[in-house]
Amino acid sequence: MAWRDPEPKKEYDAVIIGGGGHGLATAYYLAKNYGIKNVAILEKGWIGGGNIGRNTTILRSNYLHDANNLFYDHGMQMWKDLSQELNYNVMYSPRGILNLAHSDAQMNAYSRRGNSMRLNGIDASLIGREEVKKMIPFADFTENARFPIFGGLLQPIGGTARHDAVAWGYARAADDLGVDIIQHCEVNGFDIDDGKVSGVQTSRGNIKTKKVGLCVAGSTSILAEKLNMTLPIEAHVLQACVSEPVKPMLDGVVTFGAGHFYCSQSDKGEMVMGGDLDGYNSYAQRGNLPTIQHVLTEGVALFPNLSRLKVLRTWGGIMDMSMDGSPIIDRTHIDGVYLNCGWCYGGFKATPVSGLTFAHTIATNEPHKLSLPFKLDRFHTGHLLDEKGLGTKTWIS
Amino acid sequence: MKKALEQKLGLVDMLEIKCPYCGDRSQNEFSYGGDATVKRPELNSEVNDLEWDSFVYYRDNPRGKHLELWHHISGCRQWFKVHRNTATHEIIQTLEMQEDL
Ligand SMILES: Cc1cc2nc3c(=O)[nH]c(=O)nc-3n(C[C@H](O)[C@H](O)[C@H](O)COP(=O)(O)OP(=O)(O)OC[C@H]3O[C@@H](n4cnc5c(N)ncnc54)[C@H](O)[C@@H]3O)c2cc1C
Ligand SMILES: [Zn+2]
Repeated sequence: MAWRDPEPKKEYDAVIIGGGGHGLATAYYLAKNYGIKNVAILEKGWIGGGNIGRNTTILRSNYLHDANNLFYDHGMQMWKDLSQELNYNVMYSPRGILNLAHSDAQMNAYSRRGNSMRLNGIDASLIGREEVKKMIPFADFTENARFPIFGGLLQPIGGTARHDAVAWGYARAADDLGVDIIQHCEVNGFDIDDGKVSGVQTSRGNIKTKKVGLCVAGSTSILAEKLNMTLPIEAHVLQACVSEPVKPMLDGVVTFGAGHFYCSQSDKGEMVMGGDLDGYNSYAQRGNLPTIQHVLTEGVALFPNLSRLKVLRTWGGIMDMSMDGSPIIDRTHIDGVYLNCGWCYGGFKATPVSGLTFAHTIATNEPHKLSLPFKLDRFHTGHLLDEKGLGTKTWIS
Repeated sequence: MKKALEQKLGLVDMLEIKCPYCGDRSQNEFSYGGDATVKRPELNSEVNDLEWDSFVYYRDNPRGKHLELWHHISGCRQWFKVHRNTATHEIIQTLEMQEDL
């Protein structure tokens, strides 16, 4: 085994709930950067069974707001060395991400976003139709395309990584440092004395601890309720699918700008595709066909040749959709309870930097400077980070 | 009977929603409007920031039964309420806007 399967101890210096990417990374950085090694990760299923093993692996830092750009780009720098850091090949592939524009207005919006990226030191270029044609000649460049391609915004170091390798790499590295990874252990409640946490109640008994970090993504509201907290979060299902494998045709990540469809090609040759949320509150890790049909219709509008492929499989995961589309990394009103959530459908790329900044918050009881803008009180102070200006209809975003 | 059971088990490919005015229709005809239990603070009353923020941003987000708004946008264009299970997608009941559970 690449990591041990220990019995839970009676007490830990810190307990991380959730063995997804963020929980595993948080425990790793707690041990490595802050010397807090008496740590348990409690996972109700098996590590890698949640969103970390269900996402479409896109890495990017192509944002408009400074806070998002700086945070996610720090993450992008971490991806570069992650395989060395963990001594585990996470198959980081900076193959470039291209956001297509289908109108002059969209080109203007992308130029604004690209400029914002460059002001934050992130490479980006606005490219025209002819250049796009060289990159993806099989896209619909005909005269009567319903959504003609005007150009796009390219982030050259955007790309992909192997999702479950990220989970396994962090798991093995954290285990090496002494972290206990405890699977099939569901947290059902908290022991709180005088506004301070003193332990967690689990399906494998009570465990004492003075510090608890929540990294449960789509299940956050369920645990928050046990802490008497209501959060600015809704759970929604996001689906993705892959086609049967075909020969190499797409070497980067491409997003369609006239709707919500994105695509890359896996090393096995499958076209990896996704788009909209199903659009209603859901805790079922499965969606249904209308959304898949809608997303693939957009795909075919962009790449007509996709219409000849068969869908091999579809799946879904539960997104912790925050009310402004940005994450929350913070302390809570209970001493020793820390919150990491609100990743919406973009938390995979943040796995390293989320772990790094959350570990800092847990270890020092202070926010990390990169995650300072992601505090929970922004929903009261008005300092929202609404990247797309979509407001609180989380299911539309 | 079979359909009801399938819906209960979450085995359906598509939701079938009973519009109180048009009857059973496919999910494709509807759009979603979110949690129906959120109440806007009373007009012309003193509202503090906390109450206002809670109304705008904070949601119970239950796993299980959820009362929510739907809009029969490609049909009669009426808004109505749906009582639905967020874990199984089972639709328990639909109600007119002025009705309560
Ligand atoms: C279809 C799809 C496509 C996506 N595409 C992308 C993408 O291209 N790029 C990107 O950046 N992001 C993407 N995401 C989002 C990304 O996957 C998530 O934001 C991210 O993985 C969430 O963090 P995590 O890995 O820690 O979550 P998870 O892996 O879900 O970890 C949470 C864990 O907590 C456990 N848990 C829950 N409750 C309890 C409890 N009470 N006790 C113990 N354990 C508990 C769960 O079992 C789970 O393993 C996508 C997601 C989906 C579903
Ligand atoms: Zn109707």
